[in-house]
Amino acid sequence: MSEIAARQRLYRKSRGSVFHGFDPILTGAVALLLVIGTLLVYAATRDWYSRNGMDPQYYLKRHMINIAIGVFLAYGTTVIDYRLLRAYTPFLWGAGVIGLGIVLIGFGSTVNGAKAWIALPGGFQIQPAELAKISIIVGMSMILSERSHDKDEAQSRDVLQALVIAAIPVVLILLQPDMGTVFIISASVVTIIAVSGASSKWVVGLLIVAVLGAFTATKTGVISDYQVKRLQTFVDPTADSHGAGYQLRQARITVGSGGLIGTGLFNGPQTNGRFVPEQQTDFIFTVAGEELGFLGSALIVLLYLLILMRAFSIARRTNDPFGRLVTTGVIAWFAFQIFENIGMTLGLMPMTGVPLPFISYGGSSMFATLIGFGLLQNVHARTRG
Amino acid sequence: MNQRSRLSLFVVQVLVISLMSALFGRLFYLQIAAGPKYREAALSIQSRDVVSPATRGLIVDSSGVPLALNKVGLAITVDRIEIDKQGDKGEAVLKHLAKLLHLKYADVYRNTRLCGELPKGGRKGCWTGSRYQPIPITKEADPDIALAIVERSDQFPGIDAQPIAIRNYPGLAGVNGAHVLGYVGPLTDTDLAKGNGHQYFRSEVIGKDGLEIQYDSYLRGTPGIRTVIVDRKESVTRESQNTLAIPGDHLITSLDARLQAATEKALADAVRRGRAAGYTSDSGAAVVMDVKTGQILALASYPTFDPNIFEKGLTVSQASDLFSEKKSVPALNRALQGLFAPASTFKSVSVVAAAAAGYNLNGTYDCPSQVQVGNRAFQNFDSKDQGRMNLKKAIAVSCDTLWYKIAFDEWLRDGGLRPKSNPNDYFFKAAQGFQITKKVGIDLPSESTSRLADRDYKKSWFEQNKDFYCNYKTRAPKSKQTPFLIQLAAENCVDGDKIRAGDAVNFSIGQGDTVVTPIKLTQMYAAIANGGTIWQALIGKAIVKTDGTVVKTMSPNKLGTVNAAPSTLSFLRTALREVVVSGTGAGAFSGFPIQVSGKTGTGQVFGTNPNGSKKDDTSWFASFAPSNSPRFAVVMMVGQGGFGASTSGVGVRHIYETLFGVKGNKVIPGAAIFPNGVPPTALPKISAATKPKGSQ
Repeated sequence: MSEIAARQRLYRKSRGSVFHGFDPILTGAVALLLVIGTLLVYAATRDWYSRNGMDPQYYLKRHMINIAIGVFLAYGTTVIDYRLLRAYTPFLWGAGVIGLGIVLIGFGSTVNGAKAWIALPGGFQIQPAELAKISIIVGMSMILSERSHDKDEAQSRDVLQALVIAAIPVVLILLQPDMGTVFIISASVVTIIAVSGASSKWVVGLLIVAVLGAFTATKTGVISDYQVKRLQTFVDPTADSHGAGYQLRQARITVGSGGLIGTGLFNGPQTNGRFVPEQQTDFIFTVAGEELGFLGSALIVLLYLLILMRAFSIARRTNDPFGRLVTTGVIAWFAFQIFENIGMTLGLMPMTGVPLPFISYGGSSMFATLIGFGLLQNVHARTRG
Repeated sequence: MNQRSRLSLFVVQVLVISLMSALFGRLFYLQIAAGPKYREAALSIQSRDVVSPATRGLIVDSSGVPLALNKVGLAITVDRIEIDKQGDKGEAVLKHLAKLLHLKYADVYRNTRLCGELPKGGRKGCWTGSRYQPIPITKEADPDIALAIVERSDQFPGIDAQPIAIRNYPGLAGVNGAHVLGYVGPLTDTDLAKGNGHQYFRSEVIGKDGLEIQYDSYLRGTPGIRTVIVDRKESVTRESQNTLAIPGDHLITSLDARLQAATEKALADAVRRGRAAGYTSDSGAAVVMDVKTGQILALASYPTFDPNIFEKGLTVSQASDLFSEKKSVPALNRALQGLFAPASTFKSVSVVAAAAAGYNLNGTYDCPSQVQVGNRAFQNFDSKDQGRMNLKKAIAVSCDTLWYKIAFDEWLRDGGLRPKSNPNDYFFKAAQGFQITKKVGIDLPSESTSRLADRDYKKSWFEQNKDFYCNYKTRAPKSKQTPFLIQLAAENCVDGDKIRAGDAVNFSIGQGDTVVTPIKLTQMYAAIANGGTIWQALIGKAIVKTDGTVVKTMSPNKLGTVNAAPSTLSFLRTALREVVVSGTGAGAFSGFPIQVSGKTGTGQVFGTNPNGSKKDDTSWFASFAPSNSPRFAVVMMVGQGGFGASTSGVGVRHIYETLFGVKGNKVIPGAAIFPNGVPPTALPKISAATKPKGSQ
């Protein structure tokens, strides 16, 4: 412990200021998304809440608190020596697994068909699956970058160990069931293993397992009814015209009705009429689509692309294998979560309940994505360029 | 970083860029390419139109007496949005309401459901409008009950009482007018789909028949539309548009309420007279036309119905009575939909034909008891030998045999059964000159086309029937296999496409396959009266706005002229006068102070009634007056009414009595419908309060 503390002091000294090493483009893009997200959360809730006699700024205030906490966590993640982070990772991982266990054995509250939340006093809830994403990414990167042998590439033993790290939380999330998160974690796992330099047999094998797993899950009923329904409505939107099909159709109509320039912030009749459910969380992109139009929503997609491209550049530039794998894991996480969320809104992906990074209302997701951003900054700061 | 890691990272980067590009492309498709489609879909999700129907325009007679107006009723309405919010979906409230209004709850329940909410087959009485407008349970509520509901609104949440406009046919001066005026009703899906270039709304009423449907586009006005934006819970968030209703324009007709009422009464009396004389006498029609313009001054059809039953709510038995054969199909407007053999009224056409063929109109002709036509003897009416007489007298006494002879001779001259390539066809051409096969063009729906049994008709008839007659023994039912009918079928098979001698002679006296509508015969007699002009029959005179400005005038429309020399028509008029002076119409008009000209007709009808009795003759009287300066043509037809003179002739006299203000054999000064002898040309001021002349 003392050695770690000493290293940390040394590291701190080596930097001119606390902001040293911040990537201004990455930070700027994230900051802009946070601002847009705040406006969208307000736009999604303000009209309805004031008309129904509630505080129109209820969600706005909570969202800003979430951002404040998230920024604090991101800063912490950025400045922490990630070797220290490695030391904490087993605890983080363990906490994630325990949280997922608690959710399953009955303390969790069911939201939209999935037991994914732990209710905390004061109306707060946390979603252990969000934190599990981070612990899996960091944990796998740790195992695959620290060689117990002198080979440059990760060996099968390392890969197997890494898979065990991922498998335990994934199984627990599967049981919730939260297929969206499983999909995102799986994408991260395969990406990290691929970039670790492990044999391509592993990558191909895992992809095959993923496809077979998805197939048997739908066939044998591991996937619950509501998920089958969601998948069916993805294939045929009229299959369940009042449930999932309704939501997907409404979402598409809302986005499409925005046109080029949109109705203007706070002026979307679809949004204000709340025709799309969950529009401050999973379906928040519909608010952007309707009120900001193609220009606004395309800007959001561009900002995400910018963030991801900066992350790729960080992954290339770093000399540290652990940092590269963490960065790669975060890239896959962000990219697939963005694609799943917006794709669902636009009718490209089946309906799953994943939030939109940096934008959706929701503490756990906001904290997790900002910690992920912190990890990117941390790796960047350590890269001497 | 080794090579494999570098490659993997590159592949991941390409994948990520593809994913983001896919989002970009999809976003472009949804918002730009398909944007308009989705904008429309969004609008239909968010906006709700609340339609307030426009006040329908009035229909008035030529002096401004209202024939159709709007009455204020008290509607008890149900607000579906409001009652659906209640715990039991409004069941208790609706039950309470049903009890108060003495209605069945099941009916009230059904009346307040949208048609799509009810199972197929159980939708009668469902609400065809939208959920967002008040649904009327009754339109004529007791004011006390309405007041009770408004005052105790806490006990009747979602129920309201409000004044509502209902269409009303006031029947001033005793007018029924059902066949002319028509009626209104709720829009059907077909109406909505048709559109006719207008945007219709479900809650509107639309003209369903008669003038109401003919002039619907003017009468209906433009409904007011309030568009509101709603949220997912259907509560209104704001109003996006609110246009006020524009009341419909008024229709001024050429009808006269008092004359219409008198015509209806004269017709009903004639039908009764026919029955009293022992005939089946089950139907009839009467038309009064201005011969100088073609405008219809009165038009009646018997039997009739109460045009107000539709707004009151048609019961099942009322609805089936309208089309019941037993009740002689009251829905049918016989004046323009009934087709009957014109019988002797058609001899006017034969006079024109004879003149064209060169017969001397002032010469004398035999009127024997029968004429041999080929191997068949054609009898005079009642087989009476009337001796030799001039043509005028022959028309007056309605001699048939004279026409048989002329028609047979002309038929032979045209080549008989082997017709010349260019036959003279004087009879057919004279009839065609009256435009018998063209519609009178009246501004009422569903006019039937009269039929002329000429060469073209025979050819098309044969095309349709030769198969039957040439295979008569296998096709015809056993009961129709009599030697006479088999012989007839064989003849039909051989030369069914030819005009035979029998066809030619029957044609000349208006029997056989020639059939006309009463209004067509009116138009023909109007043409004889006015010197040969065929006018389009019109009821509408003008469309005026509520402030009195004229939107449109329906000016008289000349369709053509009768192909006859003025001297021929002049002779015909004196002959028709002679009918009333000394001929078959003399009895009916004895002592009548106004000179009337006309022609009786007693048409044979083949076939049997539903009760098995043989069909009685069609009774006709076609006329015009005053004889020296004709202004009005009056035609009456009574189906199975027997003799022309006694049934219809007397009926026509009654119509003229009202028209000219005659009582007994005297003209009462000032009692005529048109004091200066002509229908008014100036448009009246329109007020719902206008009363017919001579009433309080």
